[in-house]
Amino acid sequence: MSMNRRQFLKIAGVSTVLGIGGGTVVTGLRRTGLEASQVSPDPRALKAKRWGFVVDVSKLKTDEDYQKCVDACHGIHNVPDIGNPKDEVKWIWKDTYERTFPTTSEDEHMNKELKEKKFLLFCNHCAQPACVRVCPTKATFKRQDGVVMQDMHRCIGCRFCMAACPFGARSFNYRDPRGVDASGRPFIRKENPQFPTRMIGVVEKCTMCYERLAIGQQPACAEASNGAILFGDLDDPNSEVRKVISSTFTIRRKPELGTQPSIYYVIGGTEHA
Amino acid sequence: MLEKALVGSKRYWLWLGVLIAIIGVAFIQYLRQYGYGLGLTGLSRDVSWGLYIGQFTFLVGVAASAVMLVIPYYLHDFKKFSKIVILGEFLAVSAVIMCILFIFVDMGQPTRIMNVVLNPTPNSVMFWDFIVLSGYLILNIVIGWTTLAADRKGVRPPQWVKPLIYLSIPWAVSIHTVTAFLYAGIPGRHFWLTAVMAARFLASAFAGGPALLIILALLVRRFSKFDPGQEAIQAVGKIVTYAMFANVFLLGLEFFTAFYSNIPGHMHPFKYLYTGLEGHGKLVPLMWTSSVMALVSLVLLVFPGLRRNENILAFACISLFISLWIDKGFGLIIGGFIPNMFEGVTEYWPTGPESMITLGVWAVGFLVLTVLYKVAVSVREETAGMPDNH
Repeated sequence: MSMNRRQFLKIAGVSTVLGIGGGTVVTGLRRTGLEASQVSPDPRALKAKRWGFVVDVSKLKTDEDYQKCVDACHGIHNVPDIGNPKDEVKWIWKDTYERTFPTTSEDEHMNKELKEKKFLLFCNHCAQPACVRVCPTKATFKRQDGVVMQDMHRCIGCRFCMAACPFGARSFNYRDPRGVDASGRPFIRKENPQFPTRMIGVVEKCTMCYERLAIGQQPACAEASNGAILFGDLDDPNSEVRKVISSTFTIRRKPELGTQPSIYYVIGGTEHA
Repeated sequence: MLEKALVGSKRYWLWLGVLIAIIGVAFIQYLRQYGYGLGLTGLSRDVSWGLYIGQFTFLVGVAASAVMLVIPYYLHDFKKFSKIVILGEFLAVSAVIMCILFIFVDMGQPTRIMNVVLNPTPNSVMFWDFIVLSGYLILNIVIGWTTLAADRKGVRPPQWVKPLIYLSIPWAVSIHTVTAFLYAGIPGRHFWLTAVMAARFLASAFAGGPALLIILALLVRRFSKFDPGQEAIQAVGKIVTYAMFANVFLLGLEFFTAFYSNIPGHMHPFKYLYTGLEGHGKLVPLMWTSSVMALVSLVLLVFPGLRRNENILAFACISLFISLWIDKGFGLIIGGFIPNMFEGVTEYWPTGPESMITLGVWAVGFLVLTVLYKVAVSVREETAGMPDNH
């Protein structure tokens, strides 16, 4: 192809204008703080600088209290029940003090009540997440509001994030979650058509109910917890979570690793606490 | 030159046939895994990397070890390596191909492998590993092939290949350093979180890779008219000896830090591997086998009188290779996951299909190696007696 000077200038001029226009679109998007999943801001959406949780386990009394939170999450997110611990997929679960805080629990004289107390564990949505640092495809990434997201369509299933997460928050689909077990029972008992199911060979985890935040709802576990799980902005000094953290003794899991977990636990429960 | 691989003795074709048969069976198992998912392996939520990633790690070391021949020959003009150096370069090629295949069979969504390139992520060590391994593969194919082709014509290799050879030296170090960084930069896995990880990787690589090369050189001499040279083999034997001592020393450092500091998180993986933890000890017999074999190889290698006997040298190298294969290809990866993030123990053991797929990848590696060595040996048989030109 050959072109004369005039044609060249025309093309160059048009490209420049388009280039500047493109730039405006990009900066425009940045200003509104839209996430990749949005085309326009939803007025109902909950907003924060850094979302976080306070889990007050003294308010979780019976097994049903825990199970309600787990069921609420796993039900709406189509988390498969594979039925064996090897291939297990879970976003939120119950565990003992010793397993929740393994680096602080080497104590033979530990308070019996504490030893038997159960905790609710889910993704810590760390401020400095190790999983995001190691992911080779940016399939796991951090949103501006602190949510550590997982893009199941980009994940290559290398499981580097599972090796890196110090909290065991991530599950891999060793089996097809849309499949059935040996006796023909589907792994997803009752599918929620509002939320995608996953495919085989990708990693998944709690995504802080980003889909609920977007329409102004609290995360499902917090809603089902009867006040045991508080949800709010950790960067807002007037938020409910900050008020609890500033007035009560709280602990986080493995803070010594520097990932800065966004879940604070209140143990409470005894008169001496 | 590839035509040289298309003519060979009955034994050559039989060997290739056996390898292809193994690859075929393994491929069927891989198709099963592709359909059913990685649930077909022994991997779990707690032990999410196993035999595949262990083999990958071990083979990166084998690949990097070619530099132990390249440095003496090209930097120190150590002429005795003139014939054996091509064996090292082609071994590196087949080792890197196995590495890539082991990563591939370990992936949950292998068809998305190009996502690593389409979404380059410089903060991920795995992204860099992808870059350095591909680069190293290309470097060794180009260098090995070009120098061999020049040899065949009895001319000096072209000038442009020299800078590539020099580049391949730091590049070899980089592939194993980056691979060590996959593990050594992860918070919360005490067994891996150690500054000497990369040093240990290099030491074990420079022992294990050249040990394999000695075994291969002895085989080549037995089955062909090409002699890599007795003195060259002895010199590689010395390299193996030094590197193995460095490796065992570095492992000793790990033990000291873990047990003298008495920090439970640091001690637990070692206890799991060597004595068992909370009643779980599937890896204990393997780890002690590895330790004994390491010791045997060191005793046989350290005395020059013993080492000079090629039968003893071969035995020592086999012992050393198996020892490191267990230690790095298995124990090192599994030990990082046990105990898990909740200080609980979930054990791991590879399943039948998983082992078969692993064997299949090794068969692919040996197939590539056999073909490349066949070419190299045929060229060398042709040019026997001619002076070396590079």
